[in-house]
Amino acid sequence: MDRFSWSNGLLEINETLVIQQRGVRLYDGDDKAKLDVGVALLSTHRLIWRDVKNHECCIAMPLSQILLFEEQAAGIGKSAKIVIHLQETPANKEPGPYQNSKYSFIKLSFKEHGQIEFHRRLTEEMTQKRWESTPVSQPISAGTSSQAGRTRAVGIVGIERKIEEKRKETDKNICEAFEDLSKLMVKAKEMVELSRSIANKIKDKQGDISEDETIRFKSYLLSMGIANPVTRETYGTGTHYHMQLAKQLGDMLQAPLEERGGMMALTEVYCLVNRARGMELLSPEDLVNACKMFESLKLPLRLRVFDSGVMVVQLQSHSEEEMIASALDYVTDKGSLTAEEFAKLLGLSVLLSKERLLLAEKVGHLCRDDSVEGLRFYPNLFLNA
Amino acid sequence: MHRRGVGAGAIAKKKLAEAKYKERGNVLAEDQIVQMSKQLETFKSNLEEFASKHKQEIRKNPQFRVQFQEMCATIGVDPLASGKGFWSEMLGVGDFYYELGVQIVEVCLALKHRNGGLITLDELHQRVLKGRGKYAQDVSQDDLMRAIKKLKVMGNGFGMIPVGGSYLVQSVPAELNMDHTVVLQLAEKKGYVTVSEIKESLKWEKERACHVLDHLLKEGLAWLDSQASGEAQYWLPALFSEIISRDVTPEEANQMTP
Repeated sequence: MDRFSWSNGLLEINETLVIQQRGVRLYDGDDKAKLDVGVALLSTHRLIWRDVKNHECCIAMPLSQILLFEEQAAGIGKSAKIVIHLQETPANKEPGPYQNSKYSFIKLSFKEHGQIEFHRRLTEEMTQKRWESTPVSQPISAGTSSQAGRTRAVGIVGIERKIEEKRKETDKNICEAFEDLSKLMVKAKEMVELSRSIANKIKDKQGDISEDETIRFKSYLLSMGIANPVTRETYGTGTHYHMQLAKQLGDMLQAPLEERGGMMALTEVYCLVNRARGMELLSPEDLVNACKMFESLKLPLRLRVFDSGVMVVQLQSHSEEEMIASALDYVTDKGSLTAEEFAKLLGLSVLLSKERLLLAEKVGHLCRDDSVEGLRFYPNLFLNA
Repeated sequence: MHRRGVGAGAIAKKKLAEAKYKERGNVLAEDQIVQMSKQLETFKSNLEEFASKHKQEIRKNPQFRVQFQEMCATIGVDPLASGKGFWSEMLGVGDFYYELGVQIVEVCLALKHRNGGLITLDELHQRVLKGRGKYAQDVSQDDLMRAIKKLKVMGNGFGMIPVGGSYLVQSVPAELNMDHTVVLQLAEKKGYVTVSEIKESLKWEKERACHVLDHLLKEGLAWLDSQASGEAQYWLPALFSEIISRDVTPEEANQMTP
């Protein structure tokens, strides 16, 4: 912090403001500087900082003082920072807030964010080094005011005013957005109440609304994002949309499933499908609802839920007995296996390997050895004994 | 003069009225569905108008997203229920959160071997941001939490455990009850915990402490350091990043070397 000099914060001719950011606190090395939170300004020539409440308190440092800088990510309760390592103090440096410091670096702490942009601009300026090509006269030291000083003041004040106006405009936009949103929500609420009334009527008179109308009603609920209180055995919570999805999935997942031994965790399917789509992504609920329809649509896939709650999509051709027999074979061959070891052997995820071992255990083919070292499975010799 | 109101005639009339009422009830429900269809069209165009003016706000402004989500929740609407919903299609909220879901799953999977399927919300946030790249839309922790809530539906054990003012995100179906959670919270400050610390802070019996710690070890959520000076320390890799990222001053470094 001893590289800073007092300044009046006015820009020189040929010096341009690049970016400014409110809510910045300075650190002398690792210690908080004895200054409040303020505004950091980056110009083509200098790094300036000014106290928000007391505009007289303003300090600056030429960019040539900067050796290198890096970002420090935010943490729990800590703002993002930019750490700036500095060169040695030049002999002719004007006095500033610190006479000397044990540190050769400072930090800017961004309490109101903006570190990404600030860092980007700082990088640009440090690369371009515009201060070398557009020299300015001796920086005006604190206390000196002149005619020229006053005209330059207009420059920075003008810029500040523009930024303030822009902020007010943004605030106004947000207010307007909120107002519009509230009006929209009132209308949405009417829809919710209407749908509840319809749902109650459907519940009371089970056979009187046609199948078609029920399906239509469900698609309305889907569009609005209203939870469906009416479940029909035939299609569950599904709609035409989910039926189509189910068919698409049936096509799309054949090959990947076969590659992975006939079974994939639902989260894996979710990632695979959405990555392939790129846009108009599926919600997790869309996926689950579509998978639930596999059976009724007679597709060769099944959604299966294990005891642990893990949900998988598996090929119907994939026989349970085969899986269990193969698990027993592997375990017998190796003497014993953990889920991790089994996963490596099969080239499957640990999650699914574990489920297979648990399945084999459930029917009595395997025994577990549960210890601090992990869960290990052995062939069940009690059965054969 | 004949007297009316009582007798077979009145009963017949009543039955007729009831039948007509029942019929009307049917028609009413059907009418309502037609009415809903019309209202839906109107709502859709209102939403389109809103989107044309304010779609940017949702994408750019995390506070606005929070407000939007809360308002939806208040009236009983889930804008993220389906990619086919109006909200998702017209405001683009769906894609934003569903893609975030994919990124969260991928980060959790990539780190599972190291932390057993438990990660701080902070570390998850940082890694997701990194994966998204510099020019992608910024995401807040609230965004992450909403995406995680949706992921739960797919049954892979996604959940959030409150710890030290923030959260631990669990991404495997390991059973963690109150006891485990409390020990995790205790470990949050230093990244590790010992049996003595548990006994002292929580006033548990040694068996209970050991039982919980053993479970965490088995699930791969804790690592045992039996060489620590004093007693064995149980470290939680999920909490590592906080400690590593803290700057170490030269004085501290000197104190650390024996």
